[in-house]
Amino acid sequence: MPNRSFFWFFFPAGLAMILFIGLPIISTGIQSFYAQHDQILIEVKKCDPFGCKTSVVVDQEATSKIKEEKPLGKFNGFGTYVDRNHLASDQVSVFWSESKSLSEFIGKVGNLPFYKALVFTLTYCVIVTPCVLLLGFIIALSLNAISRKIRGPLIFGTILPMIVTPLVGSLVLFWMIDAEGIIGANLQILMDDPYLSVKSSKALTWITIIIYGVWHHSPFAFVVFYAALQTVPQEPLEASIIDGASRFQRVKHIVLPHIYPVVTFVALISLMDNFRVFEPIIGFSAEGSAQSLSWLIYDNLVNEEVILFGSAAATSIMTIVGISIILTPVLLRTWKEFRTNR
Amino acid sequence: MKKILVTLLFLLFGTVANADCNIKSGSINILANDFPALRTLVETAKECKGSADFKVTHSAEHNKIAVPALTANPSEFSVRVAANSSIVPLMNADLIRPMNDLVKKYGKGIQESQLITIDGKVMAVAFMANTQHLYVRTDVLKENGIAIPKTYEEVVAAAEKIRAAGKMKYPYAAAYKAGWNLAEEFVNMYIGHGGEFFKDGGAQPNINNAKGVATLNMLKKLADLSNPDYLTHDSEAIKVEWESGNVAIMTLWASRSGTLLDDEGDAKITAATKLVAPATVGGGNIPAATLWWDGFTLAKNRSDADAEASFRAMAHAASSKDMVAKAADQAVWLVEGFVPGPKSVGVIEAVKMGAKPYPMLPQMGLMHGALGSEIVEFLQGNESAEQALKDVEAAYITKAKEQGFL
Repeated sequence: MPNRSFFWFFFPAGLAMILFIGLPIISTGIQSFYAQHDQILIEVKKCDPFGCKTSVVVDQEATSKIKEEKPLGKFNGFGTYVDRNHLASDQVSVFWSESKSLSEFIGKVGNLPFYKALVFTLTYCVIVTPCVLLLGFIIALSLNAISRKIRGPLIFGTILPMIVTPLVGSLVLFWMIDAEGIIGANLQILMDDPYLSVKSSKALTWITIIIYGVWHHSPFAFVVFYAALQTVPQEPLEASIIDGASRFQRVKHIVLPHIYPVVTFVALISLMDNFRVFEPIIGFSAEGSAQSLSWLIYDNLVNEEVILFGSAAATSIMTIVGISIILTPVLLRTWKEFRTNR
Repeated sequence: MKKILVTLLFLLFGTVANADCNIKSGSINILANDFPALRTLVETAKECKGSADFKVTHSAEHNKIAVPALTANPSEFSVRVAANSSIVPLMNADLIRPMNDLVKKYGKGIQESQLITIDGKVMAVAFMANTQHLYVRTDVLKENGIAIPKTYEEVVAAAEKIRAAGKMKYPYAAAYKAGWNLAEEFVNMYIGHGGEFFKDGGAQPNINNAKGVATLNMLKKLADLSNPDYLTHDSEAIKVEWESGNVAIMTLWASRSGTLLDDEGDAKITAATKLVAPATVGGGNIPAATLWWDGFTLAKNRSDADAEASFRAMAHAASSKDMVAKAADQAVWLVEGFVPGPKSVGVIEAVKMGAKPYPMLPQMGLMHGALGSEIVEFLQGNESAEQALKDVEAAYITKAKEQGFL
């Protein structure tokens, strides 16, 4: 395709991307460098049905004047990025000098909200992505080998987890693991511990969310792999059968190399998706035991009665940076292959 | 036929009785929390909407919607039904309007004590009071020879006895869901211990002390007597636990008693359920509970005509003797003519015992938010009480700095 026609083809999509993705990201970036103005408080008499007392309120007249002059707030530079609720540079260096052992240091850092969320997000990413790839591939292979007559309904059943709304899917599991739900109650009997609760145990909550993640994302990998399997040429496969290659050898030496680009694609998408894990935390009411970066943003925006735009913006930018870092190795590899292919 | 006639008559008289609002223009759009008393109030307001447009949104997520919706100009809602904590972010951001002139003009039936005034400006009109207090199962207590507990120490002892008797596995319940609910329990218990959240009137936090530790230890003791899933249980969830007969002692909002004691569910449990005073803690004499009011506020970013129409409709409800007579068991109404019934015991006792109102301070929301997430690890047993309180203060200070309070 000539570059010119490519440009005109791409133009509408590019424009929409700049308007609806690019600009908001820039605006978020700018926001993250600002904090609220210093609050001007005045003492006033407050009366309610339970009596009167003197207490403080925000002085609206004075505040509105400052706000008119500088609507964005007070410039804070990287202040929000390095404060305790984000990268916590001061706290981390104090912990480093105070701690006697590495494990104590890690324990203390892991107690900071941002790192706590980062640890869960990464754990989720690192476990769920390979599981999804592997499970998706196995399902695709097995379905591909099954008689065509029953393949249709089976495929439908397999992609069901993806069709179910994430929140509904997690709620169903949430009720099942309740202390009185089918899984929760049976676990109590099995472990002979009437006080066992999947929801209050941190480790069990993590496991539940990870299992849910694998269950929910595998169909996507399956669909893509299954489509790719249809394009595997039959001749080399037949030739290898004549040469006496086993099923495993055929998959390893012919099928996998053929669909390799697709595997990279699925890995990329899964990594991005998993790094932004959010719905299951809400669905499982797991805020107490598992927090992800996306959940931190949500928390700053809605869980407080005071909205923390600066904090949310800083976490958003760091999430974007995090995704870029995670994707770099895969992207580099694709780029290298692209170069060698030319 | 007779039924239709009665209905018709009722409708006729209904309209005659309510025609006095006479609102000719404007539009009314209400944002409110979702519990029975508020539904009744909004329905009453609707009776006199006249020819004004009338819309309402009842949502348990009202706190999340309020500030963004009222910041828009014109704002989505003309009326926000708020409480002492949720009015603060509205005032911080200057989103609600003073209504002195409207009160003077149209607020005949509203009592002086219903007005929430800040520096003389009427910012809200309260119509009901609320608190969290104890609910007990008299049959279970009697069976085990336990007197109705008056302190949380007695609650712990009673619950332990019920558990030891093999009667119930998790005899206590309270809304300990991580986040707002859990923080609210801390606030109650800390106030019960006589604690102050901030150092001498400023915004510096003041919870990492002996009272804070005692508060956390009491919360932990109670949590150990609750369903192990307590960190995911909100008011609605523990109500379900109660109705299934799994719980003998519970701390719950007074405003939730209406649906708890209705005809649905096990009649035996309903009959044995008794509402009693909130408990004290740690030898203190004020209850470990906070007093709340629910009232309506008017959005600033809305036309004067809308504000006037909204005020007239809401004022009609907030002064309706008819409503408080009919819905006497739904809430403790602050409206003139309210005769307290057995369901008002909790709030009335709390007031008598000198309970403190929830602190209406500009920075309290940040403290509440920090509490809700940072004390979880202590309850899970992964952290000491001192460390948890230190974390709360650190998290609060960071947020307060970003918001310009420190």
